[in-house]
Amino acid sequence: MDIFSIVFYLFAVIIVVSAAIVVMSKNIMFSAFSLLFTFFGVAGIYVLLNADFIAVTQIMIYIGGILILIIFGVMLTTRITGVEIKSGTTGKIQIAFAGLISLIIAITMIFLFSNTKWFTSELQPHQSTIENIGKELLTNYLLAFEAASVLLLIAIIGAAFIARRKS
Amino acid sequence: METINFVYNLIPDQFIAIIVICTIPLIFLIVYALLAILGELKISAWIQERLGPMRTGPWGILQPIAEVVKLIQKEDLTPDTANKPLFNLAPFIIFMGAYASFAVIPFSRYFIPSDINIGLFYIFAVGSIAVIGIVMGGWASNNKYSLLGAMRSVAQIISYEIPGAMAILSVAVLASSLNLEKINIAQEGGIWNWFVFGGQGSWDKLWVVPFTLILSLIYLISSLAETNRTPFDIPEGESELVAGYHTEYSGMKFAMFFFAEYANMFVVAAVLTITFFGGWNSPFGNFMQGPGWDVFWFVGKSFFFVIVQIWLRWTLPRLRVDQLMYVGWKVLLPFSFICFLFISLFRMIN
Repeated sequence: MDIFSIVFYLFAVIIVVSAAIVVMSKNIMFSAFSLLFTFFGVAGIYVLLNADFIAVTQIMIYIGGILILIIFGVMLTTRITGVEIKSGTTGKIQIAFAGLISLIIAITMIFLFSNTKWFTSELQPHQSTIENIGKELLTNYLLAFEAASVLLLIAIIGAAFIARRKS
Repeated sequence: METINFVYNLIPDQFIAIIVICTIPLIFLIVYALLAILGELKISAWIQERLGPMRTGPWGILQPIAEVVKLIQKEDLTPDTANKPLFNLAPFIIFMGAYASFAVIPFSRYFIPSDINIGLFYIFAVGSIAVIGIVMGGWASNNKYSLLGAMRSVAQIISYEIPGAMAILSVAVLASSLNLEKINIAQEGGIWNWFVFGGQGSWDKLWVVPFTLILSLIYLISSLAETNRTPFDIPEGESELVAGYHTEYSGMKFAMFFFAEYANMFVVAAVLTITFFGGWNSPFGNFMQGPGWDVFWFVGKSFFFVIVQIWLRWTLPRLRVDQLMYVGWKVLLPFSFICFLFISLFRMIN
């Protein structure tokens, strides 16, 4: 095994194990914190695929933004209000049914994966992705870029409005 | 990722070379942390007209080693009601977040652990991992003081990340790159070419000099807030919160928090050095310039800013929470936006 596959399987194990904890853990704080490792592992896979900008953006937005928001939400509702948030247990029929569906999906995915002729590109990966991304965003995708920023501005104004309304 | 690295020339086996590259900053960090602890003890003593530690070794220079031995020997306490897995994990997450930044810090033109094109962005992104560690430690301690300290810390770090990021972005605009090596190269040729004085260029750059000076100050202030140093150390204000998010930690786990704080201090000092103060470049143009001198200048300048942080800690009183938010959102943020817009305009016209 070369370094590439060792690193790939390392990140894959991190993603799968931590994602399993997110789903199965009874304690919602464990779920929130193990999401950290899931995001981290996905960022690692992006780096392996030569998408360095997307990897760092993943860390910045998901770990630095969304995850902190989730943790704050959970933290402020469990320990301060005194209400314990725990995911309830599901019935046996539901578990059996969900397991069956998951199994079918898994078998289909493995079948598709092994029977597809994967197209491998001859092109060399870009050494620097960020310059091309910047140029494309400000030329071909300018409208989408501006629309996204206007959307974010509206979200900020809305949040400020909701926070102010008390007085 | 391409890497400029003398280690690859020394060690032919790539796998071993990567491990060596990963350990070199750690060794540096340990030596630096011992020096910084000694600096903190001695400088605080001098500012307060004391002698400081004098008994361990000549003039007490072995004191940090004694402190580390003491911390290792201490009992490792975990509170009964704490959430044990998260409580034990938090110090490691925080240290990981602090150490991750060292992956892109250019110590010399022949030693950049990973020379990626988005170095500046990367440093800002991995800084957020430490935030998660702080929340984890504060929440898992099951202690009101810890939780309040963690929340204050996160609120403060998130608020001050924005003006800090704007200051750094302006440098990226001036250098037209996020690569730390290219930013260093763009400041070659003496003190007048550093980005604090507008970078290389003709006399036109005098237009941006006031803005870059303000931006370097803005970054210095917001970096103090991001490392929870005085005057922004309300997350661990002793008079209100005992010790904030690491109240319940003892022994080696406390040492990890301590270590991570010093590592973060070095990282922000290094970013300030790289972006505004020439990085590895000598202030005298080609005099004393070269791969070996690079380390000297880079580490020297960074240590200077670490000393500035220590100096400020023992000089200034602590801010109140409302003052902290006022400074962040109503003073630093508008100023950094104005400077950023002007610098972008200047870049567009030139």
